[in-house]
Amino acid sequence: MKMTHLKQLLAVSGFIFAAGLVQTPALAQQKNDPKFNKMIQESFRADGIAGLNRIDQDATQKFCSDPQFANSKQGQAMREKIQKINMDSIKQPSDGKYIGDWKNGEKIAQSGRGATWSDTADTPIGGGCYNCHQIDSKEISYGNIGPSLTGYGKMRGYSPEVVSYTWNRINNSKAYNACSNMPRFAHFKLLNEQQMQDVMALLLDPESPVNK
Amino acid sequence: MQRKLTLGLASGLVAALLTMATSVSAQKSATDDIAKYREMIADGNPSELYEAAGEELWKKPAGPKNATLEQCNLGLGPGVVKGAAAQLPRYFKDTNKVQDLESRLMTCMQVLQGRDPHEMIDAPFQKGPKKDMEAIVAYVVTLSKGDKIKVSTAHPKEKEMYDLGKRAFFFQGGPMDFSCASCHAENNKRIRLQDLPNITEQKGAALGWGYWPAYRVSSGQFWTMQQRLNDCFRQQRFPFPIYGSDVTLALSMYMAKNANGGIVETPGLKR
Repeated sequence: MKMTHLKQLLAVSGFIFAAGLVQTPALAQQKNDPKFNKMIQESFRADGIAGLNRIDQDATQKFCSDPQFANSKQGQAMREKIQKINMDSIKQPSDGKYIGDWKNGEKIAQSGRGATWSDTADTPIGGGCYNCHQIDSKEISYGNIGPSLTGYGKMRGYSPEVVSYTWNRINNSKAYNACSNMPRFAHFKLLNEQQMQDVMALLLDPESPVNK
Repeated sequence: MQRKLTLGLASGLVAALLTMATSVSAQKSATDDIAKYREMIADGNPSELYEAAGEELWKKPAGPKNATLEQCNLGLGPGVVKGAAAQLPRYFKDTNKVQDLESRLMTCMQVLQGRDPHEMIDAPFQKGPKKDMEAIVAYVVTLSKGDKIKVSTAHPKEKEMYDLGKRAFFFQGGPMDFSCASCHAENNKRIRLQDLPNITEQKGAALGWGYWPAYRVSSGQFWTMQQRLNDCFRQQRFPFPIYGSDVTLALSMYMAKNANGGIVETPGLKR
């Protein structure tokens, strides 16, 4: 009896101690550091299509460069604000079509090329989807930074909600998760509307190998 | 009804497990094959050719002063090459800077041989003066093989460089919002089939830092850490990092310090 009591007491005090550790010190977003800014400004040069403007951060990039704050309780409000900015930037397809050609979508998903300084402005930019996701189960060479998308439509169904969520995710994943690792394909014009419709088809056309 | 449902679930589960098992074994065998291949040619790492060329360049008079690099101080005293790479980057009093191996070698070339560092900075990788630099790097790092990585942040400038490097590691930019951390801040992550070390932890940092510079089988080239970082930034869609610039030094300091206690396996052998 006494022993149980002691254990409880220990557990409670342990909890308080742990909670104390988590709460202090109060987190704030990383301060602007002139030394760091100078280092970044002076360490790069423009090369081909990779101009120096690429290191000018927007609000999302700035926020996510401080993951400790971005993932903290204190960062919550800002996180929501960032997500809203990104959500508001998403345009629905101009022709009202969400689903394109899965065969083209597969090619886009396979290609990780484009947008580097060794590319030119007319190098087609790939989606690089397989770099981070499992998609078609027949493809062995896939990454795991993102979740598996195998059986995407088959598992989730093809409802308007699923279609619109998927469209938004491909366009701008940061609308749902402020610091998602996924590039904002529409925001930086990495993929055009047609290409995004084709990637949609890869995930959501019942005829796509993803859903077979 | 309930039985049917359970059966259905069970068979679905079995099917899912089977699919997982095949893809996991395919994954595993592909990774194993790379490891096997590495083992097969590890005895004759082609970077030995670079090492030999580098040793020759080290001892050959060059530059306007027609001097050798033999009196170069890599941190352990003039002319001491053995073990020096294992303790770089570090602070150097004469330049009042934290330097990595390549930037320190440029200082030696400038001071001892009278050469303009811009020869090396501006040359493309694998060509001209940069090619010589790569050979010299191969020579120097080989003489630390098997040593413990031992990088200090005791000097305020070293500590400052480490902190800048940590911040640079998480700095997002470019049209894909990438930072080093996008790929190298979690355990057990892969791009395609390529395993990615988690550089925020000692184990992963030692795997990354400890194995570069390395001979790359796929390109048939010896790559220094400066070139490795350069290609990481290219794939991040960043602008071009200037050879020997502070961001490359800071990131090297961050990786090297995190890797402390690991073993220098350079020159490594990479896919």
